[in-house]
Amino acid sequence: MSTANPAGFVSSRRWLLWSGIIALCAWVLVPIYLVALGALGGRQGVYQWPKTGLPMGISLDPFLLFLRTEGVTQSFFNSLGAAGITVALSILLGAPAGYALARYNFRGKDSYRLLVLLTRAFPLAILALPLTVSYIRLGLYDTIIGVGLIHTVLALPFAALVTQGIFLGVPRELEEAAWVFGCTRIQAFFKVVAPLALPGIVATAVFAFVISWNEVFAASVLTVRNRTLTAYLLTVLSESPMHYRFAGGLLLILPSVIFIFAVRRYLFAIWGISSK
Amino acid sequence: MTQTRPWVPYLLILPSVAFLALLFIVPLVQTIWLAISDNGAPSLANAQRMVNDINFGRSVQNTFLLTAVVVPVQLAIALAMGTMVAKIAGGRETILWIWTIPLAISDLAAGLVWLSILQNTGYFNSLLFGLGLIERQTSWLSYQTPVALFIAIAIAEIWRGTAIVMVIIVAGLNQVPKEFKEAAEIFGAGPWTRFWRITLPLIRPALQSALILRTVLAFEVFAVVYALGGRNFPVLVGEAYNWQNQNQNYGVAAAYAVLIMVISLAATLVYLKAIKVDPERLP
Repeated sequence: MSTANPAGFVSSRRWLLWSGIIALCAWVLVPIYLVALGALGGRQGVYQWPKTGLPMGISLDPFLLFLRTEGVTQSFFNSLGAAGITVALSILLGAPAGYALARYNFRGKDSYRLLVLLTRAFPLAILALPLTVSYIRLGLYDTIIGVGLIHTVLALPFAALVTQGIFLGVPRELEEAAWVFGCTRIQAFFKVVAPLALPGIVATAVFAFVISWNEVFAASVLTVRNRTLTAYLLTVLSESPMHYRFAGGLLLILPSVIFIFAVRRYLFAIWGISSK
Repeated sequence: MTQTRPWVPYLLILPSVAFLALLFIVPLVQTIWLAISDNGAPSLANAQRMVNDINFGRSVQNTFLLTAVVVPVQLAIALAMGTMVAKIAGGRETILWIWTIPLAISDLAAGLVWLSILQNTGYFNSLLFGLGLIERQTSWLSYQTPVALFIAIAIAEIWRGTAIVMVIIVAGLNQVPKEFKEAAEIFGAGPWTRFWRITLPLIRPALQSALILRTVLAFEVFAVVYALGGRNFPVLVGEAYNWQNQNQNYGVAAAYAVLIMVISLAATLVYLKAIKVDPERLP
């Protein structure tokens, strides 16, 4: 058949390829659109039957009403706080380690890499269970700092490995040239290496943010009153009306999707392997 | 490069080592001790209570079944995405960005998204009703429909978790030199042979890390289950959560935690053994 009509064969294959791609795009996007409809449709929207899936009868009011519900804004800011702590700690602790891995050969380097990789084989959030007792003793239980600390355990190994890749991408010669021109090592780092590594480090920070923002289990175990948004939604889930649940889902999705959009250029490079 | 101050790298890694020791190693040891002790003495009482609990068997079964279904499907979709996107030139960036969106979505949010579709007056029932396949609203997420609930949870997990596999696979595919494919084509290998004989073996490191990451995460499944089925579908982490927060029994919760860790470690070891990776090619 391909000899009889090669052009037709090729175009039908292209058609198949594009319908597959479009179907997979729809598979990702349509559910998000539908939950947004649910969040903006309010109580009437939930019980409307049968649904058309068209944006009718929607307004921002149900969503704003949800935001004004007791506990929502506070937990939103708690989530921001915990994520902020996670970002700060995982970069402050992870980036120096990444730099050491990228620039130095030292005894114990392999053991360190092993420790970092080992964390991947463990369901880390589960370590929140025994922490409850120590946290109560240390006064960290039910605090945002406590949640930020356990989220840093999740984000730090990632940050160390990714920043290693980023520093490897900054040519060593540039740094050495700075020394020749009289910079100390520290000056050379901040004047030459840091500016070049900055975009990658920002992207790593965004990922640390998303890791913390999305974490449910540890946050729910370690908080009672100072809940993060995920922990708050989980605990009120069974007694909330449907449209509140959808509004909560939308509120969870929006910030992290925006952040991922901001670093989309680095997504593939960050996963250890650049997409040149 | 500078051997004059050999302590510098140690100074740089020290903060992260100290942090991981305090908040990774210590809780790890604590969890194990909590699980295998009772009132400060070694005992298997917690493990026994866990095993004899009414939900134990079901939660083990559910978690394993879910992992066994979800991970291979995610890998297959991710490979399909990677293969498709390699064939197009225009719009590649946009399509990849759309496919990565679920990477940023929490499992709780994914559960709520699919709840809006699958609840009784939801879009799925509306669609079936419109097509004349059902006459009344049908419930998919109750304890009376365990199979439908299982499928719903699996779909939500596949929807959310495929993105991370896709990102790792695409990053791996980008590293495969074009020459290999061209050479195989010249020697007459068809697309299917090329995929199985050339592409898959060359992206082994990516496959391995994607599978380890996804499987460990799949055994941790919790919030998506809770959002869709409440307590109707017991899973391991959900049981640990209930023992800790509802029953305030930290020992049995720790026993569940240890069980999940052992399963995750075992799965990691299986992947490390099954998919051999040349250490020189590790990313």
